[in-house]
Amino acid sequence: MNTAALSLNNLTVCYDRHPAVHHLSGAFASGSLTAIVGPNGAGKSTLLKAIMGLLPATTGRIDHAALARSDIAYLPQQAQIDRQFPITVLDVVLLGHWRRIGALRAVTAELRAKAVAALAAVELNDFQRRPIRSLSAGQFQRVLFARMLLQDARLILLDEPFTAIDARTTADLLDVVRAWHAERRTVIAVLHDLEQVRAHFPETLLLARSGIAWGQTAQVLTPDNLRRARRMAEAWDESAPPCAVDP
Amino acid sequence: MSGWIDGLFAPFVEFSFMRRALVACLALGLGCGPVGVLLTLRRMSLMGDALSHAVLPGAAIGFLIAGFSLTAMSLGGFAAGLTVALLAGLVTRFTGQREDASFAAFYLISLALGVLLVSTRGSSVDLLHVLFGTILAVDDRSLLLVAGIASLTLLTLALIYRPLIVECFDPGFLQSVRGRGTAYHLLFLVLVVLNLVAGFQALGTLMAVGLMMLPAAAARFWAQEVWSMAAVAAGIAVLSGYVGLLLSYHHDLPSGPAIILTAGMAYLLSIVLGHRDGLIVRFLPRRHLQT
Repeated sequence: MNTAALSLNNLTVCYDRHPAVHHLSGAFASGSLTAIVGPNGAGKSTLLKAIMGLLPATTGRIDHAALARSDIAYLPQQAQIDRQFPITVLDVVLLGHWRRIGALRAVTAELRAKAVAALAAVELNDFQRRPIRSLSAGQFQRVLFARMLLQDARLILLDEPFTAIDARTTADLLDVVRAWHAERRTVIAVLHDLEQVRAHFPETLLLARSGIAWGQTAQVLTPDNLRRARRMAEAWDESAPPCAVDP
Repeated sequence: MSGWIDGLFAPFVEFSFMRRALVACLALGLGCGPVGVLLTLRRMSLMGDALSHAVLPGAAIGFLIAGFSLTAMSLGGFAAGLTVALLAGLVTRFTGQREDASFAAFYLISLALGVLLVSTRGSSVDLLHVLFGTILAVDDRSLLLVAGIASLTLLTLALIYRPLIVECFDPGFLQSVRGRGTAYHLLFLVLVVLNLVAGFQALGTLMAVGLMMLPAAAARFWAQEVWSMAAVAAGIAVLSGYVGLLLSYHHDLPSGPAIILTAGMAYLLSIVLGHRDGLIVRFLPRRHLQT
């Protein structure tokens, strides 16, 4: 077994004063490719936010001691981004260099060339000068993946990266994810499509606030486990106690 | 013909108060244009309006303490505007009240307080001065203040341009790489209040926000990127100042409304003529590109 890139120790995270992730323990092995699945409101996005440090842990710990913040890349759900914003494709991708350019340093020709290459890698040649408002949802998701390519992160967190994205783009971006896996990066993706998970993700965490099962995908996604997850999510909605500590 | 051309320059050549007013408009436009663009992009257009009204009680208190001193009124206005911005922000953060409702509540309280203060202690002429500004009576000190605020605004915007834009376009990304978006947001709110105070001197509390929002709203029809939108907005604001002053001089109109109405005309023209999404581009049949 590999060393853990990220381990969770009795983790509880609250969202809106109710526990959204409940007493979860386990580890994401370094270089692993894991899908997080579960019913709506199962705490999947909350878990990613907690790993990013955007939500505090109410109890327990998240350990990623070997990773600095700049080693982690995070792709939130697309709805949080203003896609009408007047900015060009190249400028969005260049933000992937943030840890090299920060707020003030200049973008060099070399960094620019890397950004153009990243765009080519997601098959968006000649899109540099296009305003993002002219892109389709699929094309825009390709832009965000190009930005993550530049971030060159050891741990990559994807929150529903293929929701409302066309099939062709999904296939291309899954290739990118596989390439990351081949480069021994740790990838964690929140997904809905179980067929996709079975086909492309070796490991799965089935979450319904508590962890239902965590391990090899074939052993996690059994009808029995899925039924338990659904029941658990439904039962908890009414009886979830308020958090002891404010979120 | 020469008389007509003469009319474009003579007022400024002949009268120093017109020259001062022109320079004040130039400085105001350079600062307000870019700030307005960022306000609209942050979907805070109406909050600019709210803040401009919130400035009033501070200015009134300054007026009550020091009489008709622009320094005292500006300091008071700055403090009041910032208080409202901070209170509204804190209430939103800690109670889940929507940001626009929160701003509206505090600016209304602030505005009522301001009108109360001015009307109990001052005369209605003073109230008119505060509400509609005194650009034709701008003195050297307030000119320096307006120019100083414009310079500070442009320098600060240059320094925080990149994170400010990321915070506005993709706040999740900024949080994921450094997690300090709130600081830039607050700094930006300070710039908004500063520019409103500068505008309030010249145009009055009710008109000040006009030079910020109208050119910014118009710029959207001409430019595709933030920096070019800011440049277009500053240009429209400066031009509106010049044309508005001329109109007010030749037709004996109050200068504040003349300037803002000129900016309003620029906005209406942009809606129709703008090459990005303007009505003509949108609805006139275009020929397909031949290849």
